[in-house]
Amino acid sequence: MKLEIIWERVWGGFKPDLLMLGSGLAILGVCGMAILAPWLAPYSFEAQDNSVILQVPSSEHWMGTDRLGRDLYSRLLYGARISVAIGMLTALAALVLGTLYGAISGYIGGRVDNWMMRCVDIVYALPDLLLIILIMVILGRGFLGIFLALTLVSWVTVARIIRGEVLKYREQSYVEAARALGAGHQRILFRHILPNTLGPLIVILTFRIPAAILAESTLSFVGLGITPPLASWGTLANEGWAAMKFYPHLIVFPSLFIFSTILAFNFLGDGLRDALDPRNRRTAG
Amino acid sequence: MIRFVLKRFLWGIPVLLVVATLTFILMQVVPGGPFDKEKPLPPEIKANVEAKYHLDKPIWQQYLLYLKALLRGDLGPSYKYLGRDVADIIRDTLPVSLQLGLLALLVAIASGLVLGILAVVRPYSWIDRTGMILATAGISIPNFVMGALLVLFLAHMYKFFPPALWEGWRHTILPALTLGLGPAAFIARLMRASLLETLHQDFVRTARSKGLGEGAILLKHVLKNSVMPVVTFLGPLAATLVTGSFIVEYIFSIPGMGKFFITAVTNRDYPLIMGVTLVYSALILAANLIVDIAYAYLDPRVRVE
Repeated sequence: MKLEIIWERVWGGFKPDLLMLGSGLAILGVCGMAILAPWLAPYSFEAQDNSVILQVPSSEHWMGTDRLGRDLYSRLLYGARISVAIGMLTALAALVLGTLYGAISGYIGGRVDNWMMRCVDIVYALPDLLLIILIMVILGRGFLGIFLALTLVSWVTVARIIRGEVLKYREQSYVEAARALGAGHQRILFRHILPNTLGPLIVILTFRIPAAILAESTLSFVGLGITPPLASWGTLANEGWAAMKFYPHLIVFPSLFIFSTILAFNFLGDGLRDALDPRNRRTAG
Repeated sequence: MIRFVLKRFLWGIPVLLVVATLTFILMQVVPGGPFDKEKPLPPEIKANVEAKYHLDKPIWQQYLLYLKALLRGDLGPSYKYLGRDVADIIRDTLPVSLQLGLLALLVAIASGLVLGILAVVRPYSWIDRTGMILATAGISIPNFVMGALLVLFLAHMYKFFPPALWEGWRHTILPALTLGLGPAAFIARLMRASLLETLHQDFVRTARSKGLGEGAILLKHVLKNSVMPVVTFLGPLAATLVTGSFIVEYIFSIPGMGKFFITAVTNRDYPLIMGVTLVYSALILAANLIVDIAYAYLDPRVRVE
């Protein structure tokens, strides 16, 4: 699929669909928050202030303070950095890894393909979160551990889809023509076949990001994720859970950030899929 | 039919073996042993402890010992809960987790089906649109956020249900909702898409031209032909409920397997981690087997390969 066509369809999808437009803007907002956190945050994310412990939201502290007197709004801004970075980095890494694996498997075909896909099946047999936790037992906790564990688990989804796409295009006559003209395997795969998968790739990317954010925040929530003093949205939600009965703001704001970010990505993904995948076009209505 | 079931059943054995081997390898390469304390043990005591747990033998012998014990249903002693076997812990905690899982399954299927049917009564109307936006919201909401919402409103603000623990039916409501509502949203979306597709088929037009009312068509003709995707989803659903149960049991302090799994990971209690992982894999395989059988029962074409 050509870039211009993709752009045209995506834009065509954006214009009438307010939901998709709003989601896109929300995602831009969250990314902006993550990048600009040091300039936007009124306080440092780890500065403790004993005089303002567990305050409810006020004009001084927009979202209140936690039990160590840290400003929740500032902590959430910095948390956005970790959560968004984990989401984007793992999605990208999984995309690269999965595309290469799936493309090679589908392109070579035959017995190699069969074995490569059996390996994928094994990863598939267990639930993601269980595998991620097991891998993190080995790799250790913290940013790098989560990133690697998430990537190692989520590339299989990409590999399966890309393999299917490659299988579809491999037998097309224009590929045969390219081969007849003397194009090498690398050229055929990267110039003639893979560009066709750009549409599905964009859609997968949009769905992998919220999945990674969800997994990271869940892990951090049960205390198996990001280690202090760093705090992702999941860590903040965990701290909020403990104090929920008397200080609900501590759980409400982190939950709101996590939920709306994931929701925006899922709405955007739905919209992009409708726009880019002809099979999923809304037919009736 | 019996041959089909048997074949599917036997297929589970090599998968379990692979899982057992993988968890074993996984735990071998982990940095740090279970007896690493801040203060190192005297070498003689350490040697004794390691001999007791066969940690002094070569790895392949440990592996064979582990498999042999596994066949007897012996998952070894827990490193952290001294004097308790992993099998004991699982026997105590599994029923709780199963109870929670089945309740959540009930929530997911019942509310998912109802929502999906409501959406297609008037497709593309505001009911349908709001329903589907709500369903996407339901898919996006992490378990712990859903739990926080429910506890905040239904336990702290209005004291309908207790906020934690597992001591009677009132304690089961909030955890079951927390675990089940997300999958319910997914089932609603699946059901809606499948129902819409079936509604466009010829036999529906025939039923209509016979003079049947819309309600009768939907319930008698369309519903039965639209449940296949939901049946297929029951396999992945088992996986979702398993991983969800870690979080739900953790946040509601329910003494189930998921909570023990999370603490086992924090404590580096390897035999417990391996044992629980194996039980989870077996559960998911069993769920997939049931789905396969249901599939073969509902669609005779599957039986003939």
